[in-house]
Amino acid sequence: MHRYILNRLLLSIPTLIGAAALVFLLMRLIPGDICMVRLGGSGGTVSASALAACHAQIGLERSLPLQFLDFIGGFAIGDFGTSMWSGKPVVQEIASRLPVSLEIALLATIVAVAIAIPLGTISALKQNSWLDHVVRTVAIAGIATPSFWLGILSILIVLDVSHYLLGSPWMPSIDYVPLWDDPWGNLSIVILPAITIGYRYSAVTMRMTRSAMLEVLREDYIRTARAKGLVEQLIINRHALKNAMLPVVTLIGMEFAFLIGGLVVTEQVFNLNGIGRLFVLAVQNQDYTLTQALVMLTVAVFVVTNLVVDVLYAWLDPRIRFG
Amino acid sequence: MKTHLRGLAAGLSMAVAAALAATPASAQTPKRGGTLTYMIPADAPPSLDGHKENTFATLHATAPFYSTLIAINPENPSSSTDFVCDLCTEMPKPTDDGKTYTFKIRKGVKFHDGTPLTAADVARTWQYIVNPPKGVSSAREAYMVMVDKVENPDDETVVFKLKFATSAFVPALADPFAYIYKKDILEKDPAWYEKNVLGSGPFKFSSYEIGQSIKGVRNPDYYHEGQPYLDGFNAIFAAKQSVRVDAIRADRAATEFRGMPPSARDELVKELGDKVTVQTSDWNCVNLLTPNQKKKPFDDVRVRRALALAIDQWKGAPALSKIATVHTVGGLVFPGSPLAATKEELTKMAGFGTDIEKARAEARKLLKEAGAEGLKFELMNRNVDQPYKFIATWAIDEWSKIGLKVTQRVLPTGPFYEGLRAGTFEVAVEFNCQNLVNPLLDVAKVLPRSVYPENYGGYEDPKLIELYNAMLREPDPARQREKMRAFETYALDTQVDTIMTPWWSRIIVHRSYMKGWKISPSHYLNLNLANVWLDK
Repeated sequence: MHRYILNRLLLSIPTLIGAAALVFLLMRLIPGDICMVRLGGSGGTVSASALAACHAQIGLERSLPLQFLDFIGGFAIGDFGTSMWSGKPVVQEIASRLPVSLEIALLATIVAVAIAIPLGTISALKQNSWLDHVVRTVAIAGIATPSFWLGILSILIVLDVSHYLLGSPWMPSIDYVPLWDDPWGNLSIVILPAITIGYRYSAVTMRMTRSAMLEVLREDYIRTARAKGLVEQLIINRHALKNAMLPVVTLIGMEFAFLIGGLVVTEQVFNLNGIGRLFVLAVQNQDYTLTQALVMLTVAVFVVTNLVVDVLYAWLDPRIRFG
Repeated sequence: MKTHLRGLAAGLSMAVAAALAATPASAQTPKRGGTLTYMIPADAPPSLDGHKENTFATLHATAPFYSTLIAINPENPSSSTDFVCDLCTEMPKPTDDGKTYTFKIRKGVKFHDGTPLTAADVARTWQYIVNPPKGVSSAREAYMVMVDKVENPDDETVVFKLKFATSAFVPALADPFAYIYKKDILEKDPAWYEKNVLGSGPFKFSSYEIGQSIKGVRNPDYYHEGQPYLDGFNAIFAAKQSVRVDAIRADRAATEFRGMPPSARDELVKELGDKVTVQTSDWNCVNLLTPNQKKKPFDDVRVRRALALAIDQWKGAPALSKIATVHTVGGLVFPGSPLAATKEELTKMAGFGTDIEKARAEARKLLKEAGAEGLKFELMNRNVDQPYKFIATWAIDEWSKIGLKVTQRVLPTGPFYEGLRAGTFEVAVEFNCQNLVNPLLDVAKVLPRSVYPENYGGYEDPKLIELYNAMLREPDPARQREKMRAFETYALDTQVDTIMTPWWSRIIVHRSYMKGWKISPSHYLNLNLANVWLDK
């Protein structure tokens, strides 16, 4: 097992280097100049000397190969440099946003799993019943409904309902507070985004659970278990569900990794200062160092998540062995 | 629909009534205490350094921490000529034929770290703004071209010596970004203020979460007696308009200080009635439609003139004002300024005539003469909704009425600027957005690039520069106004270097309990919150 994990980690190095080269080149292909956006974004005059000073300050006057070597060298020792936009260390920029994205991703995953696994299983067990149709409709609606739209709708519903019940509109704070500073305040801020994201997430997972369960329930070993006279609940929980979880776990892993940097619009809708919003800003501002670091973070999250999923496979399916 | 409109009208009436009721608010005794929560309609600013940045996001986040030498009068911020001392003791009268201004600096002013602020700090700050040392950037260097040197003969005096006398100097000096920094810090590390805050303003820095919020607490040593009234403020970054509207609706924030579109105003007024107050003003920002004269057929003045003639400014402005943040027809000069053209003067220039059919007939004739009938071209625009996309869509429709086939290409800010600088566009939706109303400097936008680096029209024109310099140096206000007309007429009518669109309209909706704050023609002004109080 340890050898397998080590191999997987070593294999991730070329993936990371490839991603680094790709993002480095792609960012520089976008026309525009971060200094012009910074100094002239409001339409003011940007003198040639100010422009040159800005270029020198953020290191853009150096040749591309030198910039690339600097980036790769820094990355190798865990130094991502400073943001070209804010001048603050990239690690600090990311660290201030990561807890928000992580918390939302974790909560959304809990919401999704709590909805998807039971409903997907019931839907498979009651195939073609009215219950199955309801669950499938809910799942399709979840896939078809964009999270940001649901987010906007949920805020408006909260505002209108509170206005009706309390006499004045209420909504959660738009100023994020950490969980350990104010647990209730934090929960009121993150619950709506977690539900709106979790719903779409659960819809995808629910469909996958249903189809995986349907497939497993037709397997010979399930028929054998039933022929042996095993209790149905035991067959479902121990033999069917565990084996059906293989593709579901993969999906949950991929969705979780996506949520870390992919909640761009949802974060904006709820005014959450997370990684997704930072990602868009970094690209928009042509902040090369920050964008590069964020891409590397996303790649790393995907690599680690895949690794965790692979390790989970062995636990779920004893036929899978590493080595 | 009628009920809805009646409701809206009633709501608007209430809001206007609230605004009127708020007018004598200054006469009310301000209440002390409370924390003002407001929103900054942007993501994190690049830095906290007012000298270096141009974005309002920096100003909205940091203005309450700093003092300036002079400022617009916070009780009369809509005036473009009413300036008051902040750190100085009295507005000086110029000497030496208008070329020397001597300011006396207040005694007893302290930076937030407790150290005294002296004339040396003011002088060094302005020396860095006017003439930054090598490797230090000053975003306002170009606005201070008239300043020769800044001196401080003693701890209470700062002297500005000008290269030439000009009425553009005092407004330039009231630049809200011109925070007074500490001399020692500036000399030791000019980049220190990018990431740190140390001022002498009404509020002391408390905390800053990048992209989330910035907080300040009352400065008990503030030098304007009795101020500030608030215990503190919490400024939350909220880039999305729907978030800002919802937050005001639920009283999670009292306001935002940039400006809202009419639809957001109507929504809040309808929902909250007299719980919100609406303040409106013309805005010292305008979109310009700039043809690239390096590209054919836009090098032909007849084509440029036809583009201007096709647009019905007088009918377009009121229609657009219902959906976009624009309002007033104007020329190169901000409409509220004494130097601005009157309607009668405007109507004499191409594109401002009141008989649109006649103008369009002339436009078609000019296009035919230039061999550009049915011309197809691309209008490059910036990916900003208000009011850029509204302006562009309107202009394209107007141009279609003289047979032009125009498509719009919307680009993010970076590629948009790259397109402007590289001159790859045919016609672009540009903008000219300044902080203080200082027409003599504001109109420099139309000067050729050799003089004004942010001009992208692709032309050189010595006569235009000559007209500008004559106007800039003219001491007599009446003659200066005449020279402004000559400059404006040459740029907009003779050469049609750019085509004006309606000037922006600033709409601020705030909770009615927020008192003391008055709207100005710029989202860069009157933001130090010293006179703001909460009537709760």
